[in-house]
Amino acid sequence: MSLRSPLSRVLGMGTARQGVDHWWLQRLTAVALVPLSIWFLVSLLTLPSLDQATVSAWMAHSSSALLLVLLVLASAWHSRLGVAVVVEDYVHGGLKAVTLVLFTFVHVLVAAAGVLAILRVALRGAP
Amino acid sequence: MPTRPLSPHLQVYKLTYTMVTSGLHRITGLGLSAGLLLLVYWLMAVAGGARSFARATVILSSPLARVVYAGLVVAFCYHLSAGIRHLISDTGRGLERAQSRASAKATIAVSIVLVLVIGYCLWVGGAHFR
Repeated sequence: MSLRSPLSRVLGMGTARQGVDHWWLQRLTAVALVPLSIWFLVSLLTLPSLDQATVSAWMAHSSSALLLVLLVLASAWHSRLGVAVVVEDYVHGGLKAVTLVLFTFVHVLVAAAGVLAILRVALRGAP
Repeated sequence: MPTRPLSPHLQVYKLTYTMVTSGLHRITGLGLSAGLLLLVYWLMAVAGGARSFARATVILSSPLARVVYAGLVVAFCYHLSAGIRHLISDTGRGLERAQSRASAKATIAVSIVLVLVIGYCLWVGGAHFR
């Protein structure tokens, strides 16, 4: 039996039943990003050069392409969740929903552009 | 906007270590979100071939970009160590007043050490970053 009144449900008060999802995915991507981001940093530091030929040869390796895709997806999702929390805290009224949708779109766009770029290099590298 | 007081209601509290570390976690997170744009721009420049990379290099190796990288390194080191602290807090450990204050201080210390280690690696090994 629910103790919530129909009115509170209509007004959108109380739980939207999505809080755990947000919380859990934020942690899940955080845990994934610990090794992924350290791997990326160490890779950048140990590459012999950062010119286009060296970087694209490195990106074309299937293992680095795979990890880069995971890094971009996990960071974009983690960032989207984090930015949403900040927006929810500081933006109010109708602007809040607009801002949340806008930032979600930006994050999806950034993730798609990143994955596409990695795949372009990785698939070109295959003989 | 409701007239009742809303959640981040910071100005009435005295600053504490745990509060500052929590706020910094949020600010560095936003900085790293902006860094994600830079990462994807770089990936796109690499994918675009030698000419697009050369064009992007003008921006990516400008003095302003170097300042941004330094900021991103600091933000990354901090967000990583504070993030691990938050993950430990999520398991319900270390939440006593003294413990959380000590771990907040440790977070700052660890991130400073990480920044120094990365700075040292850049100084010694990364001739191509200069």
